[in-house]
Amino acid sequence: MKYTFLLSSLFLGSTAVLAGDVTGKVTVKGTPAAERPIAPLMADANCGKAVSGPVNTRHYVVGADSGLGNVFVYVKAGLPEGYKTEVPATKAVMDQVGCLYEPYVMGAVAGQTVEIRNSDPFLHNVNFMKSAVGNPTFNFAQGKGAKPVDKVFAKEEVFVKLQCNVHPWMFGYIGVSSSPHFAVTDKDGKFTIKGLPAGKYTLGFKHLKGGDLTQEVEVKDSGATVAAAFDVK
Amino acid sequence: MAVFTAVWALLVVSIGGLVTSKGVGMAVPDWPTTYGYNMFFFPFDQWDGGIFHEHVHRLVASVLGGLTILLAAFLQGLDRRRWVKVLGWAAVVAVVIQGVLGGKRVVLNSVDVLGIPGSIFFGVLHAALAQLFFSLLIVLAVVTSGRWFSRSAVEPSASGRPLAPWFALLAAGTILQLLVAASMRHQHAGLAVPDFPLAYGRVYPKTDPMTLESVNQRRMGVVDDAPVTPFQIHLHMAHRFLAVGLVAGVLLLQRKVSRFDPTWRPASRVWLGLFGLQFVLGAITVWTNKAADLATAHVAVGAMTLAYGVAVSVTRFAAERGSIRAFQPCESSGRILKSPAGSPVAAAR
Repeated sequence: MKYTFLLSSLFLGSTAVLAGDVTGKVTVKGTPAAERPIAPLMADANCGKAVSGPVNTRHYVVGADSGLGNVFVYVKAGLPEGYKTEVPATKAVMDQVGCLYEPYVMGAVAGQTVEIRNSDPFLHNVNFMKSAVGNPTFNFAQGKGAKPVDKVFAKEEVFVKLQCNVHPWMFGYIGVSSSPHFAVTDKDGKFTIKGLPAGKYTLGFKHLKGGDLTQEVEVKDSGATVAAAFDVK
Repeated sequence: MAVFTAVWALLVVSIGGLVTSKGVGMAVPDWPTTYGYNMFFFPFDQWDGGIFHEHVHRLVASVLGGLTILLAAFLQGLDRRRWVKVLGWAAVVAVVIQGVLGGKRVVLNSVDVLGIPGSIFFGVLHAALAQLFFSLLIVLAVVTSGRWFSRSAVEPSASGRPLAPWFALLAAGTILQLLVAASMRHQHAGLAVPDFPLAYGRVYPKTDPMTLESVNQRRMGVVDDAPVTPFQIHLHMAHRFLAVGLVAGVLLLQRKVSRFDPTWRPASRVWLGLFGLQFVLGAITVWTNKAADLATAHVAVGAMTLAYGVAVSVTRFAAERGSIRAFQPCESSGRILKSPAGSPVAAAR
């Protein structure tokens, strides 16, 4: 797979960012195919009532200036040996709302608790069918008003894919990173990874359809700015 | 009884196809229970979305199990032919294994077996055995039918040229095709090749990494969102080439039948019709991006094509071997049952 990198890393001595923060933007080159209406969702007796209008797939969320949303950006290599950070005590939350996973793409630290909620007034099953790295899989039902279920993914895995088989268009993705230094791009493709110690790193960019990118970056005390682009042919 | 059981089996196969087409095979995550309930008492108001299809599949399959046991018991008691009794009990064994495979496909979904994901391993076995089991029931329906004992319907070839091997070869090819099809469906990756008659605009698609990258970037499925792999594309193409080969084969069979035994033309033409219908359904399945109802019809007609092929092959073999003449009429309550035409018939008809 061939990727085009529009820009190499730029190192800015801006005082507008926190020291050690990596900010950037991910864009898409080319024109992705149009999103499709999720017809089965609208046709479903429960789900059709749970949404206010047509719902489309979210394969490519493209915003201003070709910014690409839902890209998981993480530190793939370069952290000092033995580098450790506290696993966040707060839970990362994945919800099921209107027969969709919300957020569609999220991140969590390996070992952090991920709380899986069902805000819909009917049942979903939550199926993590296959792990590439040996995280325990599961498939459980979550009915109306069911308590949230906590899950922990001990190993880095990008992505953990959740799906509901009762409503087979429902997919949700969790980027599990070994460090807390990750981000998910917003609808305009922008992201910020906070608190990276100064040093040279390889950043990984993962998009559901676009695939994988990597990019070298040198972070100084003043931070760094990165730009990357997925080339959709 | 055998005919009814076979028709019921076709219903189960079709609903199973619908479950796979809709991608809801895991909508009920437990087995043999259904969300913790005894499956026969699962509350109807919880049959939502994919649960409905998967749960109905389980229920009608349970009925099929009961029907198969009844059929075997009937054959045991009413049919004198030992090999028919054995086939009846073989069907019971098969339906039990089939049920267990269906359950394992659910509960061992995430477990690798021989390096193959459980969802694929058990799913393919489950789908393949379904077709073979259906064919076995069709054989039972044929050999217990009145026509089986009617000489005029199963006269050996007038020319003495054996046609049975050709029928059998085509039936074997159909089995191979359905195994490939089952493997395709249980990849759970949607359409590996989205155009027809060309494949990604070519006679045979490229599968190099760059091409695949581009293909996967543009796959915009609603249900099947997994990236397609070279293996899946090759499997899909094998299915297409096998389909062409089978249609050519059945056309060749027409010629041979016309030449050596025209009395069998109607039988072989029905098979040709089924193959033709199946081919068209396959094309439409691609053109509609695997619409669930059409994909399911493709599964059902595939099963019928195989079953019909097995039925005519068995009948043809029997005719050519002269085994029909050696039939043993069965007795029931001390009398031989008669068909309307006066031919002895099996009681399990």
